Amino acid sequence: MNVYLEIFTTFSKIGAFTIGGGYAMLPIIQREVVEKKGWLSKEDFLDVLAISQSAPGVFVINISIFIGERLKGFKGSVVAAFASAFPSFVIILLIAMFFSAFKDNETVNSIFTGMRPAVVALIAVPLIAMSKSVNLNKYTSLIPFATVLLIVLLGISPIYIIISGAILGLFYFYLVKR
Amino acid sequence: MIYLQLFITFFKIGLFTFGGGYAMISLIQNEVVVKHQWIDASTFTDIIAISQMTPGPIGINSATYVGYSVTDSVWGALVATVAVCLPSFIIILLIAYLYKQFKRNKWFEAALKGIRPVVLGLIASAAILLVTADNFIDWKSWVIFGVAFAATQWGKVNPILVIILAGFVGFLIY
Repeated sequence: MNVYLEIFTTFSKIGAFTIGGGYAMLPIIQREVVEKKGWLSKEDFLDVLAISQSAPGVFVINISIFIGERLKGFKGSVVAAFASAFPSFVIILLIAMFFSAFKDNETVNSIFTGMRPAVVALIAVPLIAMSKSVNLNKYTSLIPFATVLLIVLLGISPIYIIISGAILGLFYFYLVKR
Repeated sequence: MIYLQLFITFFKIGLFTFGGGYAMISLIQNEVVVKHQWIDASTFTDIIAISQMTPGPIGINSATYVGYSVTDSVWGALVATVAVCLPSFIIILLIAYLYKQFKRNKWFEAALKGIRPVVLGLIASAAILLVTADNFIDWKSWVIFGVAFAATQWGKVNPILVIILAGFVGFLIY
């Protein structure tokens, strides 16, 4: 089979069967890319994960670009990224087209009234596990609180806070660790 | 020019999201709901609910949805979706070429160490800013919130199932 076609089918499968986003799709990617296709070794896969995770942007798109590049250079990365975004693009487009028509429907409205608080809860849940894995000390634990105050009360763009966080990290490294 | 605005906005979102989908929610919220007011908070919550139930990453889903609903055209969806992916292209391709040097770059690690606690705050803010009168209409909303939180945190119930069940409960009680 044509390599580009293979890249396309593999990554569109990954895009189509990843429900819930984020880390839910890692086992799927690993099975397709490492076990079934043998495109990457297990160690390489871990490296790709670590780098895709620390780079900005959408995690699965980053992984697709990285693996696509390894296989077929720039063209491979375009095909892989396009393929993994394609299924959700089509599905969401269809929903966006028809949802506005159903939005004022009373049944749809009560279903979403029930879902909204659950969505807020789902966003809050990863905070507990993450706060353990970030390894905060008594100084760095002030950062999340300051972030919340700046965003919620002062309406400051998260972008500036992210940049400040990076500068703070570099500054600390320069002063203490060097 | 709405297409240019969409492009710039989602390019920024793609460029500055560190730490995955939930951190991205905070940026999208700030740009799309607070700054440009393209959609309101409850529509945004609905998009997240739909994103969770449909395949694909939340960043792609919200770009597609917002792009479409702002312009009422497929082109808007396409522009926003391409824009949110574009920074990844530039950055990941650069990294892929400099792979070996980059892997253990101490300065990069140091910057990331500063960003990680910020990401925690971003996610918390996203949740707090979604506690609006439209999303929490009465005490029953808070019960749904509490049960959903407990079920996912301690019951290890699948998040998709939690949303579907919450929708079913909404159908029954509202």
